[in-house]
Amino acid sequence: MKVINFMGQRKLALAFSLILLTIAAVSLATRQLNWGLDFTGGTLVEVNYSETADLNGIRETLETEGYAGAIVVSFGTDRDVLIRLPQGYSDSQGAELLTRLQNAYDGTVELRRIEFVGPQVGDELREQGGLAMLLALGLVMLYIAFRFQLKFAVGAVVALIHDVIVVLGFFSVTGMEFDLTVLAALLAVIGYSLNDTIVVSDRIRENFRKIRKADPVEVINISLTETLGRTLVTSLTTMLVLMALALFGGEMINAFAVALLVGVFIGTYSSIYVAANALLMMGVSKEDLMIPVREGAEQEDLMP
Amino acid sequence: MLNKYPLWKYLLVLFVLALGFFYAAPNLYKPDPALQITGESSAQIIDEATLTRAHKALEEAGIDYFGETIDPDGRNALIRLRDQEEQLQAQARVSRVLGDGFIVALNLAPTTPSWLSDFGAQPVKLGLDLRGGVHFKLEVDVDAAIERRMEYYLNATKRALREARIRGYVDIDGDNRLETKFRSEDLREQARAIIAENHPELVLDRVDEEGSWNLYAVMTEATRDELADYAVTQNLTTLRNRVNELGVSEPLVQRQGKNRIVVELAGIQDTAEAKRILGKVANLEFRMVARLEAAPSEKQRFEYRSADRAGMSEWLEREVILTGERVTNAQASFDQNGRPNVQISLDSEGGLLMNRATRDNIKRRMGVLFIERKYRTTYERDENGEEVAVKIPYDEKKLLTAPVIQSALGAQFQITGLDSPLEASELALMLRAGALAAPISFVEERTVGPSLGAENIRLGVKSVQMGLALVVLFMVLYYRVFGVAAVIALSCNLVLMIAFMSIIGATLTLPGIAGIVLTVGMAVDANVLIFSRIREELKNGLSPQMAIHSGFERAVATILDANITTLIVAVILYAVGTGPIKGFAVTLSVGIVTSMFTAIMGTRALVNLIYGGRRVEKLSIGGGV
Repeated sequence: MKVINFMGQRKLALAFSLILLTIAAVSLATRQLNWGLDFTGGTLVEVNYSETADLNGIRETLETEGYAGAIVVSFGTDRDVLIRLPQGYSDSQGAELLTRLQNAYDGTVELRRIEFVGPQVGDELREQGGLAMLLALGLVMLYIAFRFQLKFAVGAVVALIHDVIVVLGFFSVTGMEFDLTVLAALLAVIGYSLNDTIVVSDRIRENFRKIRKADPVEVINISLTETLGRTLVTSLTTMLVLMALALFGGEMINAFAVALLVGVFIGTYSSIYVAANALLMMGVSKEDLMIPVREGAEQEDLMP
Repeated sequence: MLNKYPLWKYLLVLFVLALGFFYAAPNLYKPDPALQITGESSAQIIDEATLTRAHKALEEAGIDYFGETIDPDGRNALIRLRDQEEQLQAQARVSRVLGDGFIVALNLAPTTPSWLSDFGAQPVKLGLDLRGGVHFKLEVDVDAAIERRMEYYLNATKRALREARIRGYVDIDGDNRLETKFRSEDLREQARAIIAENHPELVLDRVDEEGSWNLYAVMTEATRDELADYAVTQNLTTLRNRVNELGVSEPLVQRQGKNRIVVELAGIQDTAEAKRILGKVANLEFRMVARLEAAPSEKQRFEYRSADRAGMSEWLEREVILTGERVTNAQASFDQNGRPNVQISLDSEGGLLMNRATRDNIKRRMGVLFIERKYRTTYERDENGEEVAVKIPYDEKKLLTAPVIQSALGAQFQITGLDSPLEASELALMLRAGALAAPISFVEERTVGPSLGAENIRLGVKSVQMGLALVVLFMVLYYRVFGVAAVIALSCNLVLMIAFMSIIGATLTLPGIAGIVLTVGMAVDANVLIFSRIREELKNGLSPQMAIHSGFERAVATILDANITTLIVAVILYAVGTGPIKGFAVTLSVGIVTSMFTAIMGTRALVNLIYGGRRVEKLSIGGGV
């Protein structure tokens, strides 16, 4: 098999990653995230009109009924309408709003869902989400340090942070809503990207021990080439199902699927270029991976 | 011989799969829409006559029903309907006919055949986003409970100092501390001794000001925590009790975190009704039974609450001795002769009030009233001539019990002479329900309509099917015969996942379905790892049998590492996450575990069956090898 010189492009990849991260960071700092109801609090009502909904009419109704700051958008089909009220309305407003919409409309208005999130909950969720992410990264680092070696652990975690920031950046740039399911997707991305990184690291470790005369760059190139087929196939199958989910899963799960799609894509890239690159930067060498000789064990005795 | 499993391994794989199919099978039977009828109080028995009235109502409306059952104890009845569309109408009809004494709730009755349910096989539970319903998150106002307790310390201290004739200033300051100020150090020390004796749980702190000797008292951290914990537990019990009143099948009332309570009610659409019942304030009143000669203006007549004494009533004095706020606990128990009783604890303020009221009234009787906000349903025609249900609130005060006072009572006393342990536990429950420890507020509410739930299921199933189809197509084209083996293993994995979720009683949600879809994509990863290894080994010139053998052997370590780390992430998701995140974490972790079994052992068994133990010239694994 022809060894692909992945690491020959490592400077280019580094630059690419840095650009991505910068865009993400700038966007996160200036535009921030379009936090969903779960995080901001407020009221959300999804209704289904028996015929095509007149969004402007609904907006007018809401205005005359005194719902200031209501956002009305169609959701999925032209008969489904999503109404979002800002923080500050009481928890019973959702049901009341439904009655008022029905009164102002001749056909039937069917309730799809009402969500009310109080102000206390949102902040806590953000805190919890951040905590979960840090905990996940920490434990994963521990496990890899234990199973492999510290440099691998650092490499994997750098790749994970890279992926998380890029996905967050994607949501910030596109302005897609960041709700609880997206947070779950983000954590799943950590799991997935890790999976990839470990498979690659596993091969790097194996080749460091097997190939006696090769410098680290060569070893990593060989390892990446060997695992490339698997990396691509797995990413492909995962992205296939995610595509199915994004296309057929409905509006409620759409942002989740998109987050994972972006995450898997960037995770595949990062397991090749970020994790391995970080390893090289830290000067990984054969010595890091030698199995320590256990004292007393496997010593042959010479008997007279 | 290479690549032959010993018989037991084949049998193990077969056994696990058989078990999986068996426990996944109940999910194939579609549940019937049904009405569940329960009595508003547990004394309300549902008999054939009740059912006949319900049947009549349904027949008049032309609604098809079948398979009705009554529980042996007469507490529950179930009427199955043919058509989901008619469920709401049926509920309205039946509850109208049966009246306010009964609760008619929507339900989905499982149709699991007995040969499955006899072995504990049940369909997987569906989350609210899939079946429709309401999710509430309530917050217990712990601070209010603490404030109330401070209030009590204030009153108790004022009285104690008055009785000891110690003059001083007593109040609650801005930091929620009990602040006392005295003219001399001596007075302060006397007061300190009294407070320390009465309330050892308070931490006392001396502060000297110009001409004023002050003493500050605060609750210890432990007391605060205990109080907060008690307030939440108390509310939890009360809410459970009230949720039963809604007659929802399998309601969930669960504590979350330090001061939150989650309530999930499937099939409920009318959130206003649910909130009214959950948030309603019940209370207790303790009053003396009026003397015969008492003037009519000093007494009031109350009926008994329990059905055994239906129609019986007592005259009580108008003056209230104490109310439910003073009750800290009520527990059903047994005396030394094994007779049921109820142990009641009051806070010390309540104990004093009780003592004062009872010490001169021995051998008289004391009544306990249960006060409940209730709603009377009347039917009116609105301007469009349609009939609408109107609920009119009123306070219902009914007598729980009126025992004879045997001696002067204090903060701890018991009610004896109860007929049965059941009566005792009901009385205790009512007493606790009447003594809501701290106010609650709704901090989160999610309602999912039934049509959205049904649609979510449909979309979810469709995405699983499409995802699976795409992966199947790809795997078979790319890995040929090996791809077929992987696909069979993948399908078995889906069955095992469903079975596992059914067995552990996990709840399937929309994000959970997303987890299943994701697992479909990721589960083949193990196979991909193995097959790439085999291809590599073939390229390295190994014989087909050797390639299969070492491909499996060498990939296993990698698969384990990769999956264990993903499992770590999934477990963290479960531990830290709430709601949708938890649902996703459950299917993800279940998927990881089952996929390791099917992808490693299942595929190996299949490959061994196809290629093992014979001479093979070429493997059908694609990739030009």
